[in-house]
Amino acid sequence: MKMTVLDTETNIERMAGTPVLSSADALIRVDGVRHAFGAVEAIQKISLDIRPGEMVSFIGPSGCGKSTLLNIIGGLLNPTEGTAYVDGQAIEKPLPKKMAYIFQESVLFPWSTVLENVKVAMEFQGAPRSEWNRRAEDALKLVGLTDFADSYPRQLSGGMKQRVALARALCLETDIILMDEPFAALDEQTRLVFGEELSRLLARTKKSIILVTHSLAEAVLLSDRIFVFSARPGMIKATLEVQEQHPRDPSFLTSEKFNKLRNELYDLLREEVLKAMEQQSGMRGAKA
Amino acid sequence: MSTIAASPGPMLAGSSGEEPARDNSRRIQLAFLIGFLLVWWLVTALALINPFFLPSPQAVARVFFRLVTTGEILPDLKITTGQIAVSFPIALLSGLAVGYAVSSSRYSVEVFEPMLAGLFAIPLIIFYPLNVLILGIGPESKIAHGAIYGFFPIVLSAIQGFGSVDRAYLRSAHSLGASRFQVLRRVLLPAALPSIMAGVRMGFVLTFVATIGSETIASLGGLGHRIVWYAESLETDKMFAYIVFIIIIAVVSNAVLSWIERRSDWR
Repeated sequence: MKMTVLDTETNIERMAGTPVLSSADALIRVDGVRHAFGAVEAIQKISLDIRPGEMVSFIGPSGCGKSTLLNIIGGLLNPTEGTAYVDGQAIEKPLPKKMAYIFQESVLFPWSTVLENVKVAMEFQGAPRSEWNRRAEDALKLVGLTDFADSYPRQLSGGMKQRVALARALCLETDIILMDEPFAALDEQTRLVFGEELSRLLARTKKSIILVTHSLAEAVLLSDRIFVFSARPGMIKATLEVQEQHPRDPSFLTSEKFNKLRNELYDLLREEVLKAMEQQSGMRGAKA
Repeated sequence: MSTIAASPGPMLAGSSGEEPARDNSRRIQLAFLIGFLLVWWLVTALALINPFFLPSPQAVARVFFRLVTTGEILPDLKITTGQIAVSFPIALLSGLAVGYAVSSSRYSVEVFEPMLAGLFAIPLIIFYPLNVLILGIGPESKIAHGAIYGFFPIVLSAIQGFGSVDRAYLRSAHSLGASRFQVLRRVLLPAALPSIMAGVRMGFVLTFVATIGSETIASLGGLGHRIVWYAESLETDKMFAYIVFIIIIAVVSNAVLSWIERRSDWR
């Protein structure tokens, strides 16, 4: 069952089934990965490739396993079946020299200053001590927080905290950044402004990004490709391509192309979200 | 996480509100101390109590300064502080090490935490005679007794402190490739420090109490030993001078540890 719809106006490619690029130059390759938590099937066999410098999103209803797949790629979780690879190397544990992680909640250490928080990431990563200062300063400069190096996390707003988390990831100088709903705790306006900043920044640093998100707008704004997950057990229901140069201009947010893509995404997701809601109310019913 | 604007920091706002309240409570505490000394002076000046049981504050002060200036107090002070200098670090390190080991899994917390809390509830002084039989009447038995007493509050607070570290910090450290030692040094210890410091302060108090207490029961020297000695030789002014000296040590060490506890609290 392979269906491809090509929208000539907006270059939306829509596929069903499991898309596998046959490119030999895949930076990240997910090969037949399946995962179950006990009896609960989290993700069905998923295979996908991510090219160097590409920015992709995993989007789907709650509990669809998109974070599970990200954790498998990040080496925080070993899959029940199948293997994920980075640069052809099987991922069995976190590889901080290759991949940096940004989590949903701020995981800045409240007992350390912003600068110390950035440096400790390099200490854990095993970066040479002589580079800590320069790399920390560069990263803080990139996110515009040089003046807050000596502040403590509690003195920062939610948006600033996530910018520190971004600096923490950037200072590792990895080619890949994995983001697990990094904007979830931010209000919508902050999210969009942060999203634009991120798009500019990433266009400059040329990193490969995997972004797990709930937000349709975020996915369209930031991604080159969007993997749409089905309700649990998760599989890739469709892939959307967003052919738009980075950095994405604020005017892209209000363009017809943006709206069209977002609506497309919504159509794909609606059914799955309803299914996920049914699953959850079913679980509640079974428990009662 | 819910704040949007950069606040100048709750610390500043909080401390400006607490400052006057703290000054006020300090004044009341000082008033109590002065009132206590005044009553002491009055009952002795009016000869309401036999000066043998309660010498006047002036008499005690005179003896106190003589003991300190002549250095007469030094040998006993050295014995007591020397014992604590060994027993407290033992209590601290073993408490932290055992607390770390126990907190490593929820199962071992469930098994060992109630056991340790139960042991702590036993008046361990009942083992002191046995302790003296094994280790002798010298400093060794005081060191063992002080270390055992100080160990419990430290190990219990360490289990609690290490056990309640936010898992998200550990996951983040893991994703960054942190080693076990790095996790302990950079995440677990600083995260648990505020809870642990409360136990450390209590551990020090108990080590001090247990050391002085065991000196009064069976010993060859030390501040507690000297108090019993002067009580038995009916020199109560000297006994009170030693009591005052022990009170001063207790107050000062508690103040220092409270200060460290406040400084270490990042919350």
